[in-house]
Amino acid sequence: MTHVLDPDALSDDARALSVPLPPYRDVTRSDSAFRAFLHGLPGVDQVGAEARVAQLGTRSIKTTSKAWAIDTAISMVDLTTLEGADTPGKVRSLAAKALRPDPTDPTCPRVAAVCVYGDLAGVAREALGNSGVHVAAVATAFPSGRASRAVKLADVRDAVQNGADEIDMVIDRGAFLAGRYLEVYEEIVAVKEACGDAHLKVILETGELVTLDNVRRASWIAMLAGGDFIKTSTGKVSPAATLPVALVMLEAVRDFRAATGRQVGFKPAGGIRTTKDAVKHLVLINETVGPDWLDPDWFRFGASSLLNDLLLQRQKLRTGHYSGPDYVSVD
Amino acid sequence: MIGNDRLAVRKTYKLYVNGAFPRSESGRTYEVTDAKGHFLANAARASRKDARDAVVAARAAFPKWSGATAYNRGQVLYRVAEVMEGRHVQFCEEVAAGEGLSSSKARAAVDAAIDRWVWYAGWTDKLAAVLGGANPVAGPYFDFSTPEPTGVVAVLAPQQSSLLGLVSVLAPVLATGNTAVVVTSKDRPLPAVTLAEVLATSDVPGGVANLLTGDAEELGTWLAEHADVDGIDLTGAPPKRAMEFEREAAGTIKRVVRPPATEPDWTADPGLTRMTPFLETKTVWHPMGV
Amino acid sequence: MSVFEYAPAPESRSIVDIAPSYGLFIDGEFVDGTGESFKTVNPATEEVLTEVSAGSEADVDRAVRAARRAFDKTWGPLRPADRGKYLFRIARLLQERAREFAVLESLDNGKPIRESRDVDVPLAAAHFFYYAGWADKLDHVGLGTKPRPLGVAGQVIPWNFPLLMLAWKVAPALAAGNTVVLKPAETTPLTALLFAEICRQADLPAGVVNIVTGAGDTGRAVVEHGDVDKVAFTGSTDVGRQIARAVAGTRKKLTLELGGKAANIVFDDAPIDQAVEGIVQGIFFNQGHVCCAGSRLLVQESIHDEVIAGLQRRIGTLRVGDPLDKNTDIGAINSAEQLARIRELSDIGEAEGAQRWQPACDLPDRGFWYPPTVFTDVSPAHRIARDEIFGPVLSVLTFRTPDEAVAKANNSTYGLSAGIWSEKGSRILRIADQLRAGVVWANTFNKFDPTSPFGGYKQSGYGREGGRHGLAAYLEGADQ
Repeated sequence: MTHVLDPDALSDDARALSVPLPPYRDVTRSDSAFRAFLHGLPGVDQVGAEARVAQLGTRSIKTTSKAWAIDTAISMVDLTTLEGADTPGKVRSLAAKALRPDPTDPTCPRVAAVCVYGDLAGVAREALGNSGVHVAAVATAFPSGRASRAVKLADVRDAVQNGADEIDMVIDRGAFLAGRYLEVYEEIVAVKEACGDAHLKVILETGELVTLDNVRRASWIAMLAGGDFIKTSTGKVSPAATLPVALVMLEAVRDFRAATGRQVGFKPAGGIRTTKDAVKHLVLINETVGPDWLDPDWFRFGASSLLNDLLLQRQKLRTGHYSGPDYVSVD
Repeated sequence: MIGNDRLAVRKTYKLYVNGAFPRSESGRTYEVTDAKGHFLANAARASRKDARDAVVAARAAFPKWSGATAYNRGQVLYRVAEVMEGRHVQFCEEVAAGEGLSSSKARAAVDAAIDRWVWYAGWTDKLAAVLGGANPVAGPYFDFSTPEPTGVVAVLAPQQSSLLGLVSVLAPVLATGNTAVVVTSKDRPLPAVTLAEVLATSDVPGGVANLLTGDAEELGTWLAEHADVDGIDLTGAPPKRAMEFEREAAGTIKRVVRPPATEPDWTADPGLTRMTPFLETKTVWHPMGV
Repeated sequence: MSVFEYAPAPESRSIVDIAPSYGLFIDGEFVDGTGESFKTVNPATEEVLTEVSAGSEADVDRAVRAARRAFDKTWGPLRPADRGKYLFRIARLLQERAREFAVLESLDNGKPIRESRDVDVPLAAAHFFYYAGWADKLDHVGLGTKPRPLGVAGQVIPWNFPLLMLAWKVAPALAAGNTVVLKPAETTPLTALLFAEICRQADLPAGVVNIVTGAGDTGRAVVEHGDVDKVAFTGSTDVGRQIARAVAGTRKKLTLELGGKAANIVFDDAPIDQAVEGIVQGIFFNQGHVCCAGSRLLVQESIHDEVIAGLQRRIGTLRVGDPLDKNTDIGAINSAEQLARIRELSDIGEAEGAQRWQPACDLPDRGFWYPPTVFTDVSPAHRIARDEIFGPVLSVLTFRTPDEAVAKANNSTYGLSAGIWSEKGSRILRIADQLRAGVVWANTFNKFDPTSPFGGYKQSGYGREGGRHGLAAYLEGADQ
């Protein structure tokens, strides 16, 4: 393959960074060593994982804890629009909603970030200013990731330059499924370097990895490579953020912190549409990794329609009666 | 008693334990007569300690015998029939003498006994299909049940039918993969000892079948109480002691086959009735995922 | 940021209507017993729920006569398809009144509503549904053509799964054409009495199901009654022994489902997170009041620390408390007597040198409670590695090789169940083959299904419940 741009973009700094944290310093020394490490991770029994999340799904979150869960979930939303039809106007209206999700209620918390394509990151930044609501941009030839590394890195740098302080990259699923794990790893290292100060969320696109064993391995690749967050999906592939996938990724960030001391965040994205879905995720966090992750710095929902359902439920709790779609804004 | 002018060499009838033919450790023997009361032989009279040794041998033989393939067990049982066939005359004489049968009735009993081994030999590799199978549980699991041998089975063999009855209670225990400690007919033990000689020369591993000549009334208690015996067939128990043996067997939750009111017609098709009591059903679950 | 506390989410108990006192259900009617009454309490609060009759010998005799009459006159002669239809009705009625049964079960037994609602009651209904279908297909059970029912079945069941054990006993008995006299456990009679009401709603002919409440004496009267043809018992091995002695020399057929001390074997290639979950399900399901509980954890030495750390972390998230709270994972110990036994054996474990670990957890002031407990450094010689504790207490042992694992697992007078955790299929099948246990769960634990035979080896009992094997216990055929 030849590329117009320099295909070998990994700088010396990035090479230095590419050594994982102890005790895993040597696992990326060769393709075979990395493969041995990843395939040595404990397997995941799919049925057992599904049974576990089904059981947690029966948790009954009522009254005060439900109110807390809704406000917490709102503060964790990466309010997202990733359409070919996106315009500056659409992004500005989303930014306004991010800052004040419920115009009728100033006590309603802000969302965590607005998530857009890189070319619109500037519009989002301008609209959000220094409000504290982050600007997240998808990059690296999102959603397929099928471009040369140089193009992907240019995509990242462009988004950061436009004002994104969070980058949501996609891994090279083709390389992963072909067993070229080191290549996947090195690309993440390179993207992390290109991010500069921006936080890096690594999208595994679990719907294409299919097995939970693969999800666990990809999670470890992303964490070892320096990803700040691991994220399930682009939202363009179904299934997206399922609860068993979330369970396995949460176990990964839990085990990674226990081994290395570094905490990595988690973002399920795609398919989370209702308050009930969101509460199930919060319960899953609470009982899998504990309260350390119950914070927008460590957990996000990638979603578009979820926010409105959270707002409707919030209104119901506040007023005692059911609300309707006319009482929340159309995005 | 065979030749006319030659003095016969008589056989010493001993126990069959762990593939060997010991005398009773107690040194005891008892007189065995034919149906008319004429002396036939002095048989070894097994003691409590012989029963104990037989249980030890049966336990030691259990893993290999139960772990053998069903095909292999079938071949071994068929081999017993083959070797018995070669001793047909001897068995006929012993059965005729012991049970007081005409030679044609004795021959019929021996024929049936040999055929019974063949019948059970054919069962070994059918049982799992007939008694086990996959269970369609409501969930993402593969779940299957298989019959497995109970373990060490004590058998109080029928008192009347000294060969056909004996084979009818012993063969099902072996066919299912159990190992056996048998107390033979007290008054008619000689065919059992000859059967032991057949077993010893027909690929049945030592310890798999142990045959004790002696008194079921005396030995039954020890076997019923023995904590390393998993099941007991009381068919040949003296009627007045059977209930007591069953009570004793309850102490370690043994599988018990109760004695029939009268000794059954051993020529009847036995069905599965003598195999299922000494089979356990093991059910294994495993998830189905990717 | 505050921690995510779950507000109480109690299931309403207003759905159940507990009468101040209950009689016996005999011949289709609730009648007064002639014995003394006794109280049944909510083990989570020690509140007296109601008074229940203790069936006397005369009451049991009346029940057996009613069952005999029904066997001779109505149930026996009934078309098999109609027998099946009654059982289908019962299954549906159980589903319709599922919530009521779940709440009542949790009140009387102390088990979490999540389990009574999601496990006990649905499985009970499933059992009736399954055996209903067998009623007119008995020629295909595998006992030859036209197998015959035995007659009157005397059934004695335990307190750990009161309704479910009733279903395991009653459904196959009725499907096969028998009638029953059932004695529920002394501490948990209420769902059986509610089941009597279901029988009436189903228009089940009088005398087909008779329920005689009481304690050990009542159970003995059922077992020893001369006109009972079949005895089925689930409970302790000690009582099982007494029953086997009692029926010795009679015509009564007997099946026993007794104690256990299951080994749950975790190999170093196990799916660790699911194994930890399975260990938790294995020993803490139903407060460990489960005969097939995975009470002996056999973990490969090389991953011992990792597994124990994961287990302790996971146990730390278990929610102990109000059984009616939908978020409760571990409810109350069923009785003061059982609690005393758990305490005694745990204390012995500590005295013998094992290390006791319990998570920090607040237990309610009233009621019978015991926290989830893990003992490490347990040797096979310790009593907590040998005796059935029947409580939320796990004994951890280690092994180095598969042979050692099997030897230790089989080193028990029990043989009810076992668990295997490994990602290697070949190893699972080999170990499953070598384990002397009636149910082997590989990469799962404590799963039950009406189609799946359940029962033990060795002193865990004999006979199977579930599947066509479960019917054989209630039939007599050419092939039996």
